[in-house]
Amino acid sequence: MAVSKVVMPKLSEQMETGKLIKWIKKEGDRVQAGDIVAEVETDKADVEMEAFGAGVLRKILVQPGDRVPVGALIAVIAEPNDDIASVVAEAGGAAQAPAPAATTEPAPSRPAAAPPSKPAAAPAAAPKLPQRGDELVTREAPKPAATGTPATAPSGAAHPAAAAAPAGPAGGRVKASPLAKKIASQSGVDLRLIRGSGPGGRIIRKDVEAAATAGPSGTVAPAYAPSATGPEYEDVALSSMRATIAKRMPLSKGPVPHFYVTSDVAMDRAWELRESLNGLAGQPKISVNDLVIRACALTLLRHPGVNASFQGESIRVHHRVHMGIAVALEEGLITPVLRDVHAKSLAQIATEARDLAERARHRKLRANELSGATFSISNLGMFDVSEFSAIINPPEGAILAVGSVKVQPVVTDTGLGVGRRMKLTISCDHRVMDGAMGARFLQDVGRLLEEPLRLLV
Amino acid sequence: MPVITYREALNLALREEMQRDDRVFVIGEEVGLYEGAYKVTQGLLKEFGPRRIVDTPIAESGFTGAGIGAAMVGLRPVVEMMTFNFALLALDQIVNSAAKLHYMSGGQYHIPIVIRGPGGPAHQLAAQHSQSMETYFYHVPGLKVVRPSTPADAKGLLKSAIRDDNPVIFIESETLYAVKGEVPEDPDFTIPLGQAVVRREGTDVTVVAYMGMYYRAMEAAEELEKEGISVEIVDPRTLRPMDVDTIMASVRKTHRAVVVEAGAGFAGMGSEISAWIQEHAFDDLDAPVERVTGENAPMPYARNLERAKTPSKDKIIAAIRHVCYANGG
Repeated sequence: MAVSKVVMPKLSEQMETGKLIKWIKKEGDRVQAGDIVAEVETDKADVEMEAFGAGVLRKILVQPGDRVPVGALIAVIAEPNDDIASVVAEAGGAAQAPAPAATTEPAPSRPAAAPPSKPAAAPAAAPKLPQRGDELVTREAPKPAATGTPATAPSGAAHPAAAAAPAGPAGGRVKASPLAKKIASQSGVDLRLIRGSGPGGRIIRKDVEAAATAGPSGTVAPAYAPSATGPEYEDVALSSMRATIAKRMPLSKGPVPHFYVTSDVAMDRAWELRESLNGLAGQPKISVNDLVIRACALTLLRHPGVNASFQGESIRVHHRVHMGIAVALEEGLITPVLRDVHAKSLAQIATEARDLAERARHRKLRANELSGATFSISNLGMFDVSEFSAIINPPEGAILAVGSVKVQPVVTDTGLGVGRRMKLTISCDHRVMDGAMGARFLQDVGRLLEEPLRLLV
Repeated sequence: MPVITYREALNLALREEMQRDDRVFVIGEEVGLYEGAYKVTQGLLKEFGPRRIVDTPIAESGFTGAGIGAAMVGLRPVVEMMTFNFALLALDQIVNSAAKLHYMSGGQYHIPIVIRGPGGPAHQLAAQHSQSMETYFYHVPGLKVVRPSTPADAKGLLKSAIRDDNPVIFIESETLYAVKGEVPEDPDFTIPLGQAVVRREGTDVTVVAYMGMYYRAMEAAEELEKEGISVEIVDPRTLRPMDVDTIMASVRKTHRAVVVEAGAGFAGMGSEISAWIQEHAFDDLDAPVERVTGENAPMPYARNLERAKTPSKDKIIAAIRHVCYANGG
């Protein structure tokens, strides 16, 4: 049986340490994959931590109230007769070490931008860090860990191909064919989790494709499943003009140079549609915000330049839409993420957005629901505002601010009439896009809302 | 379309081009009265007379030089090497004169010469007469090098070679002269130099092979089809200029490649094509490119040793299995 390490998850790009609020399970409790074992406080929210390995919670290493670095071992899950002494001893040292370097694992395929001064020397026992909080646990093969090279490899929880101990690297490089690497980077498969079937354990195309199509296993399904087989993002080289803009804009205004574009949208037909939909029995109630989310998701697919983030040396153009939805809380604001929203129907959006907002207010969001947005929406319509400008949530490239739907006099072809109007203001990162891009995007969002049947197809 | 032999196809190409352009003439040992050591020039002396079908002494350097001189003043000679091994005697003429004069005269002289004859391993011709001579020539800037694998290619490519304004090394094969195939009768039928062809479509692996090795690769492909391995075969036809686009397109489709060549592999066509593939299709490769080449030894005379030295169907099959990560590979 494998011994599973429970480590402090990295729940946001900025997070370096986390505070353990309380243990839901206690030492000696049997846990299944997916069980909530603890609550952790981050700089943003309190989140629940799932177990990814099954067994008995053998050892708790961090007490409630303790703050530890991301990646530090906080507990061990194993079978009752497994020997965990070496894991606890070895990782104990790692947990105590402040190890800030261990918290700055670069995101996949980002150009080597990490300053060389930052030592990459993670402690031998510190596992590769999970990126999006979706791999909270690493599993150690039951090999003796006393050798110089760590036998740790990240858990294969998300990929059945790795159910057997991955042939992966003992701290070394992953052997994979160039094609396998290319496909892996496009499909988001972590090569470290795959057992290679080629000579000498080389990972070849079919191994990656099997892992990509196998998807999540039944017991440890992640909170979302990628809906598209296409690449999750691509890195587009900066043009020289873009590089210049990128260099100068921040000097003129703050770290993120915002610009704003506002547009007026006729909401009469959207309003009617919403009333018809909400008159149907057995359907979730659709809010104006749900319509805006849907319109943005569809439009972002056609305007990938807006669904993009600034990466220093490049612009990351996302091929999927993960929508951050700002939720006002008494003490502030939180932006849970509705994933793959481009692939979701209006009813799904309504149901899931409501669920996210509800849980956000009760601080019951999961870690992976708090990061990874590619675009955000902030709606203050319920406060009777005509318009406002929102602050971009880096590394996203833009955020849409939604005002109230107001009944007002409008000029029509025949004269003066009464109509429902709503103002949308997009804040854009000028390093990523220019005014015309934002304007075109806004125009297309407006068209969708003005012909709202398009939101249903 | 008539089915004729490779030898007849070459003969037809010579005849048609001589009829089409009276600047074309043939020069070499035994090309006239004896009608060619391999009968490629059969009937030509009778049709075109001794002024255009010129028998020479056994002096490769001399008659190749005469050909180059004729090309300099506007004729279009076809120089026959009885076998291409003898071209070594004319190497200075070919490398230092034919290949360089256009460049060194600042473009004042074109050298529209074809040097043709059989080369490559055949049957028990021993060390001096079994060499893959293309390697000596495709290294030289200024030369085009053609290796036609089929009767139709023999005709179409020889006609293009004769019409080309540059020196063309055109190496046939003793083992292919009797091979039959469909050949277009159309006197305007030509195959452009520098154009590879996909001989067999497949999805799992690209095999690049020409001449005798192409036929062995076809046999290997048929056998592997039964195992479920789908082999695509690309015949480069012209080694220089090389149609790398066709090869790359195939590799980008199959993600694996095996290059077969009859000669000893060191710095050979396999090395060249492998290098191209890894430089231009690196991210498309799912396995290292494999080479199947002749052993690094002079060709033995003994039949069994000759077989051991030359790439066999079994060696090709083993290499294909290996790059496909298939059983037994």
